Amino acid sequence: MSTAPSTTQVLSLYREFLRNATKFNNYNFKNYFIRRSRDAFNSGKTLKTQEEITNAYTKAQQELEVLKRQSLISRLYSFEKLVVEPLNGSHKK
Amino acid sequence: MQSIKAFTSITSRGVLFQTQRRFIQTSTVVKAATATAATATADDLPLDIPSTSAAAAATNEAFKTNPLNGTRPIYLDMQATTPTDPRVLDKMLQFYTGLYGNPHSNTHSYGWETDKEIEKARKNIADLIGADPKEIIFTSGATESNNMAIKGVPRFYSKTKKHIITVKTEHKCILDSARHMQDEGFEVTYLKVGEDGLIDLNELEAAIRPDTALVSVMAVNNEIGVIQPVAEIGKICKRHKVFFHSDCAQAVGKIPINVNEMNIDLLSISSHKIYGPKGVGAIYVRRRPRVRLDPIITGGGQERGLRSGTLAPSLISGFGEAARIINEDMEYDQQHIKRLSKKLTDGLLALEHTQLNGSATARYPGCVNVSFAYVEGESLLMALKDIALSSGSACTSASLEPSYVLHALGADDALAHSSIRFGVGRFTTEEEIDYVIKAITERVEFLRELSPLWEMVKEGIDLNTIEWSGH
Repeated sequence: MSTAPSTTQVLSLYREFLRNATKFNNYNFKNYFIRRSRDAFNSGKTLKTQEEITNAYTKAQQELEVLKRQSLISRLYSFEKLVVEPLNGSHKK
Repeated sequence: MQSIKAFTSITSRGVLFQTQRRFIQTSTVVKAATATAATATADDLPLDIPSTSAAAAATNEAFKTNPLNGTRPIYLDMQATTPTDPRVLDKMLQFYTGLYGNPHSNTHSYGWETDKEIEKARKNIADLIGADPKEIIFTSGATESNNMAIKGVPRFYSKTKKHIITVKTEHKCILDSARHMQDEGFEVTYLKVGEDGLIDLNELEAAIRPDTALVSVMAVNNEIGVIQPVAEIGKICKRHKVFFHSDCAQAVGKIPINVNEMNIDLLSISSHKIYGPKGVGAIYVRRRPRVRLDPIITGGGQERGLRSGTLAPSLISGFGEAARIINEDMEYDQQHIKRLSKKLTDGLLALEHTQLNGSATARYPGCVNVSFAYVEGESLLMALKDIALSSGSACTSASLEPSYVLHALGADDALAHSSIRFGVGRFTTEEEIDYVIKAITERVEFLRELSPLWEMVKEGIDLNTIEWSGH
């Protein structure tokens, strides 16, 4: 049984999640994964025991690999932007 | 004048495809509408509707989309199908890149590795409905599963049982299979539903006969989202020792389903309704007490001999992954869907002369079916090219016939024609819902302004008192 990850490690993992979620080209997937990552890490705050935290951390690391691959695929296959989505990525209405 | 022409040509079926094609080429609906009007022939414009420049301005105003945004419509047809979750695709890709063994080959490791993945998927799906993995049979989709149940069970017991019970609001594949069974000499009772879309349990109990082979009632309706009291139906069927099949394509992963608690003997599941790949589904067939059925597809004896043919490992493991995710995240997803659905329902019902179809309480929130009186549903859909919606089941959307489900609720033609179904799902965002409420409100008002009926309603004339000529 390894020791539980430090706060810095968890925060760094969270940032990685957000970075990869934002890279999705698909509007719906991007928004979902940002929301899901945020809520998952928020609810993770209630975890108490070392074992729980370590398990959640290990699982999240595996999920991050999936997210990395899929955000790349999303960039490889892009479709037209949605009617709610700005053509120029930066502009916010 | 042009804008009015645009509206009439949109409603005319003749130039429908033209309108659609043009929409893809141009960036806004305004352009599409006017472009069609310019090319529309006199045949397409049966009426000489007087127009004003105000109406032209209204069209432009009503159909305006933000030119700085994209043109792809918002997807709000989650009952037809759902987008494949990227995590599901990730699981599936390994079968197209390395794991290509035939899962039934048990002489080498290529077969073993795919077989292992299939069994994992089977377990995930079984867990979702509280079943044993051995009771899950993979099929090509819920339509095949429904066919298997409706045809297979009565055929197996045909020597002693000659009766099937189902409901008028069931999916077409159930109703059509039942029709086939009638041709084979079985009797079928189609239960009525009330105005809220729910069946009467006493009527069901009264319809059960000693020679009833099967009762089939869907859990969540695909058009109106009404949830039938499956647990109570299961109890009644158990008491009368009749097999109970439930089409749960729209229910699994969205509402809690447990085959043992609900006494379900056969249950159909579809993968692409739970963010999995299309082309795969499953049927749960109870083992204790054993439910026997005549297979439709025979051959190598795969899947307990009930569904022969090589399994598709990529599709099945994608299906399994989708089941795992939706099982783990059911509460989280449903909270999101409930919140957005409430916002959407409140926003749409705030319009005058609108109504929610089906029970207001016994419903799955992700399916909202609303009628907009004095607007023709198809013309509203045409005016809503920037939102992907449907007026009912995708299977029947090619015909202009009004929904038989709404008819079964007692809705008249006018109401059935003016209904639109909205599907909210895991990937729907709040921004999209806001856009939809705004777009629908504007365009319903615009279309009503064009309608002479609406004018009469505004003047307080009861439309039922009018004697229409030419009928």
